[in-house]
Amino acid sequence: MKKAISVAVGMALVAGALTTTSVFAATTLESVKQKGHLQCGVTSGLPGFSQPDEKGSWTGIDVDTCRAVAAAVFGDAKAVEFTPLTAKERLTALQSGEIDILSRNTTWTLTRDASLGLNFAGVNYYDGQGFLVNKDIGVDDATQLDGATVCIQAGTTTELNLSDYFRAKGMDFKPIVFDTSEQSVQGFAAGRCDVLTSDRSQLAALRSKLADPNSAKILPNTISKEPLGPVVRQGDDEWFNIVKWVLFVQINAEELGITEANVDDMLKSDNPNVQRLLGTDGDMGAKLGVPDDFGYAIVKQVGNYGEMYDRNIGPDTALGLERGINALWTNGGIMYAPPVR
Amino acid sequence: MKKQTIDSRPAGPKPWYDPRVRALVFQVISLAVVCWAGWTLIGNTLSNMESRGISTGFGFLDESAGFGIIMHLVPYDATMSYGRTFWVGLTNTLLVSAMGIVAATILGFLIGVARLSSNWLVARISLAYIELIRNIPLLLQIFFWYFAVLSNLPSPRQSMEVGGALFLNNRGLYLPGPITQEGFGLVWGAILLAIVAVVGIRKWAKKRQMATGKIFPTVKVSVALLILLPLLAFVIAGRPLDWELPVLKGFNFGGGISLIPELAALWLALSLYTASFIAEIVRSGILSVSQGQTEASKALGLPNGLTLRLVVIPQAMRVIIPPLTSQYLNLVKNSSLATAIGYPDLVAVFMGTTLNQTGQAVEVVAITMAVYLTISLLISLFMNVYNRAVAIKER
Repeated sequence: MKKAISVAVGMALVAGALTTTSVFAATTLESVKQKGHLQCGVTSGLPGFSQPDEKGSWTGIDVDTCRAVAAAVFGDAKAVEFTPLTAKERLTALQSGEIDILSRNTTWTLTRDASLGLNFAGVNYYDGQGFLVNKDIGVDDATQLDGATVCIQAGTTTELNLSDYFRAKGMDFKPIVFDTSEQSVQGFAAGRCDVLTSDRSQLAALRSKLADPNSAKILPNTISKEPLGPVVRQGDDEWFNIVKWVLFVQINAEELGITEANVDDMLKSDNPNVQRLLGTDGDMGAKLGVPDDFGYAIVKQVGNYGEMYDRNIGPDTALGLERGINALWTNGGIMYAPPVR
Repeated sequence: MKKQTIDSRPAGPKPWYDPRVRALVFQVISLAVVCWAGWTLIGNTLSNMESRGISTGFGFLDESAGFGIIMHLVPYDATMSYGRTFWVGLTNTLLVSAMGIVAATILGFLIGVARLSSNWLVARISLAYIELIRNIPLLLQIFFWYFAVLSNLPSPRQSMEVGGALFLNNRGLYLPGPITQEGFGLVWGAILLAIVAVVGIRKWAKKRQMATGKIFPTVKVSVALLILLPLLAFVIAGRPLDWELPVLKGFNFGGGISLIPELAALWLALSLYTASFIAEIVRSGILSVSQGQTEASKALGLPNGLTLRLVVIPQAMRVIIPPLTSQYLNLVKNSSLATAIGYPDLVAVFMGTTLNQTGQAVEVVAITMAVYLTISLLISLFMNVYNRAVAIKER
């Protein structure tokens, strides 16, 4: 009988714990401040985007996007903890509140934006889906891929684009779907498939992981639009605004010529645009709910958009990606940010 | 005084001291708590999802899926619905589970018996197999069979081939596919007839043996019937069967039947792994039959084979069946590791791609769990029925 009572009491306690509904009662900004760090969801290892270096600290453009948000909120770009996620886990991790921001080359689509309780806070890399093939199969164009076996990573928009593309061209294909991008590269390297498909930037990164990167090439075709950017939970506009404007500030900083190196000199600038961005004039930060010098902290600790790009995925890195459409609008690209005023 | 006290005692104990009342009250309370917990859980989930703008419901099952699946036993293409992807995944799971159960059972029985062999080498090899396989994590074994074996196979253009009909390369095993022509129904009819005849003969033979003691060669006659009858029908119907040979076109072989390496690797790994456990179960079952039984049957003059078949195994089965059921259940559940190597099973297709494209995590996970539960309960039910048939009947 004692046992029955203790079981009943135990169940009541569990049930009580379950009814404590409001995990999200506090706003994301409040809970982040309370924790003292930002919890950021990233990939489990994709060169240039998010990957731990030999010292174990995370690097990459997606990582820097999170660091910039931490710099804005805390004035400290190091106040971030990273959660590596597979493509399948990422959206659920954000929905459930396990992470505060998802920065894991995630494509902005209508379904994800509208029906999953998520908001895309901008685009930090404009990508498109491409194909990686072994040079020795003698294919120069994606239209020659009829009947090919294709390796893909599960849980990506890639799966749908691939199917759409082959259907539209009246071609046949065999998809092999792997859980992680590492496994799909292994499958490609083992010869299980003729083609590896993913976003072109990812292909460049994955190609650099092959035993002999020169044995494979990326086909010229781009079969989809893949705008990648940070994601936050829907329904918390304050946090949404912060993440959105951190990215805009980085883009504006590049446009205004503010860099990591000259940001201290720029504090003395007479240009009102620079003054507002760096917080020497106005109360832009207060409007967002962060310190007024948040722009200064971002550029000083993480850099402007161009620096972030060049450092992680630019022409001088292993990925060697040209700016292309990711250049500023003033340089023929489509990176354009609303003004800080 | 004493007498009075006894008289004034109530007929039974007070309700809160009555064990029956207490048991009932606690059961009602427990049930209420469980129901309330379940109800709050569901209510909370729904209201939380609504407040976070996550759409719910099963309407997504009718939407067009739009992604390809490499292997499907039911007709499928990208224009079909998400609901269809569920059936594709389910049939693939059932296929690999059924193949695995059959192979693991046969292999497990052979190794279990071999483990008890009086031949030192055979017994030691079985022991080594069991200890090696059952002590390495299954996922590693699946990766081993997939990547280690795959990377040693040639590319499609350098396929290993047997007589231009059978091809093996790193895209899979390609076999000629049978195409039935008109009149093949006769062959199916003959097969059915042969099965009915075999069942009849077995019954009749047993009855006759009981009555007269004469033994009828049931096995030989059954095998002959099962082979000859359909063959005869096949010839009479004018050999209504064509073979479609696999042909290399473009990147891959087309036509015929193909066994993809994902299925082969998963099947191999699941069968070998589960067989090592089944072997131990079989060994324990056989050892549980007392030595006296064997000695008694030998004293009656039964040869070794018959002793094993008629005396030892039927008694061993009583010990073997319950843990064997657990192994079957494990095999079915372990088949969900398929997702690691890209075999399109229920978890990979439905709980993987479909879940991701629709974002309906709660619904998809609930359906998938319900399916595994159903499969497992069905296997348990079937095995329990069989267990009851072989259990000791105390009269």
